[in-house]
Amino acid sequence: MKAGDLLAFATQSLLRARMRSSMMLLAMAIGVAAVVMLTALGEGARRYVTGEFSALGTNLVVVFPGRTETGGINPGVLGGDTPRDLTIADAESLLRLPTVADAAPIIVGQATISVGRLERDTTLMGGTRSIFAVRRWGVRQGELLPAIRWDQTASVCVIGANLARELFPHMSAVGQWLRVGERRFRVIGIIGSEGRSLGFDVQELILVPVATAEAIYNRTSLFRILVQARSPDEMQRTRTDIVETLKARHQGVEDVTVVTQDALLSTFNAIFTVLTLALGAIATISLLVAGVLVMNVMLVAVSQRTAEIGLMKALGARPGQITRLFLMEAVLLALCGSLIGVTVGELITWAVRKTLPFDAVAPTWAVVFGVVVAIACGLIFGILPARRAARLDPVLALAGKV
Amino acid sequence: MIELRHISRFFQVGGETVHALDDVDMTIESGEYVAVMGPSGSGKSTLLNILGLLDRPTAGTYLLDGTNTTDLDANAQARVRGEKVGFIFQTFHLVPRLTALENVELPMVLASRPGAERRARARELLAGVGLADRMDHRPDQLSGGQRQRVAIARAMVMQPALLLADEPTGNLDSGSGKEVLDVLEKLNAAGLTLIVVTHDPLVGARARRRINMRDGKVLEDVRR
Repeated sequence: MKAGDLLAFATQSLLRARMRSSMMLLAMAIGVAAVVMLTALGEGARRYVTGEFSALGTNLVVVFPGRTETGGINPGVLGGDTPRDLTIADAESLLRLPTVADAAPIIVGQATISVGRLERDTTLMGGTRSIFAVRRWGVRQGELLPAIRWDQTASVCVIGANLARELFPHMSAVGQWLRVGERRFRVIGIIGSEGRSLGFDVQELILVPVATAEAIYNRTSLFRILVQARSPDEMQRTRTDIVETLKARHQGVEDVTVVTQDALLSTFNAIFTVLTLALGAIATISLLVAGVLVMNVMLVAVSQRTAEIGLMKALGARPGQITRLFLMEAVLLALCGSLIGVTVGELITWAVRKTLPFDAVAPTWAVVFGVVVAIACGLIFGILPARRAARLDPVLALAGKV
Repeated sequence: MIELRHISRFFQVGGETVHALDDVDMTIESGEYVAVMGPSGSGKSTLLNILGLLDRPTAGTYLLDGTNTTDLDANAQARVRGEKVGFIFQTFHLVPRLTALENVELPMVLASRPGAERRARARELLAGVGLADRMDHRPDQLSGGQRQRVAIARAMVMQPALLLADEPTGNLDSGSGKEVLDVLEKLNAAGLTLIVVTHDPLVGARARRRINMRDGKVLEDVRR
């Protein structure tokens, strides 16, 4: 039997059994669409997170108190006991390094803010004027934090846009006073940036001078220091310089973790690539389920078409030809089903991209993988029914007694 | 052309062994017109299946054109079926989704013959059985007699030497039945070996040689 005839014959018998074929197409399409959509989800999450880290600023090096063995983040870094505090003086010392363009020490905590009877819990960040340059923030109204010495306190704050709107609903927030606990602060500016970064919503933030934040929380340890390197080519040198400087200041003990933005990015990239793979693997299960369904439906098809199979044998069809006929049907179904699945999956991820601020794009490898696995499923799960058809006894098959 | 030596075919039904064919010897020459008759269960259909290589005998030797077919493997048997034997069934066995023309072409499709040759030959044969204007009809758009004539055209498309018909008129009224027999006999007159299995004495009476069977044995073998 010629390949073209085989294809035509299989197509005809699939078109004839419309209900059966469309159920199998549906199952295959759902499986492949699941692969496309779930991996698009994982990829979207990866892009979101790496986007967040890129939004941190350029040429960024982050200094955490405490020592970790790996370049990633571990629980000890995020607030465990550390042998020696990271201090404002440490941050200032980094400014003297030739490879460092700028540095911004940060303290972060929760605070209850009140204006008259209005009260609100939010995130308080102690920072310096340099944070605006390092994080590429601006103010939409008023001014930045004052250019004072980092160890000097001041009762002024810059607040996020949402916070400003909620605390001062009918007036301009700039120039107004608010309370943090027992302290009074004058609002001198409203942060112009939007979005989230590093887990804080910038629009909900209250920013005060870093020494003031130390006083509020009664501690002298920094949450972290953001350092901007002079050049992207000198990230590693910047990192070593920082480690050496802080080691010298901490009596020769290396008790800080210095992570470059690249390292963070690649760590998260790796995490989310694994996540995408895992999602793809989960979706593959639905493809296997579709494969089992194809096998069942093909088995039913074989028993419904025994007379035809008997006839083909009487007309001189070899067992191998019968096998190929049924395999061709299964593979055709898998192929068409997976193409429908890819189309539907891509359409849905496109709709997600259009409606949500989420860059969901199925990676090419996942699309190819989905189609290949679907066809492999068609082949593997088609073998059993096809061989059963090929082994039918022609006499019994013709008599419809199988 | 056909030589059966000590052919037996046993079936296990429950704990019992059924002797569908019991030590049958038979020779059929090229161009003969044979009617195999007998009540149901006499073994006449089993005989036809073995002659058409659809079934293998439990014991004995079947020589077709001097070749021992009992030694052939499944693929070789399929090739012999395709090239040397044409089948006509009581229930026609046309593929319902294919047109008359496509049904007739089917054996040539399985034998990988080129499309143009296939169509030309199928057209010629359908015209020969009087269905030139029904080529693009599907089986459900044809009458019983027309369907059986399509089946005959299909059986002839590979130019076999042997035509096996199992109750070819069993599902037809007497008018269409006669037409079908006329077609078959015309082919026989042109040199084709024709073996018809039937329990209809009127059909059997038309053959030049009548084999009566009972309980898997040849009861009588009469030439006219």
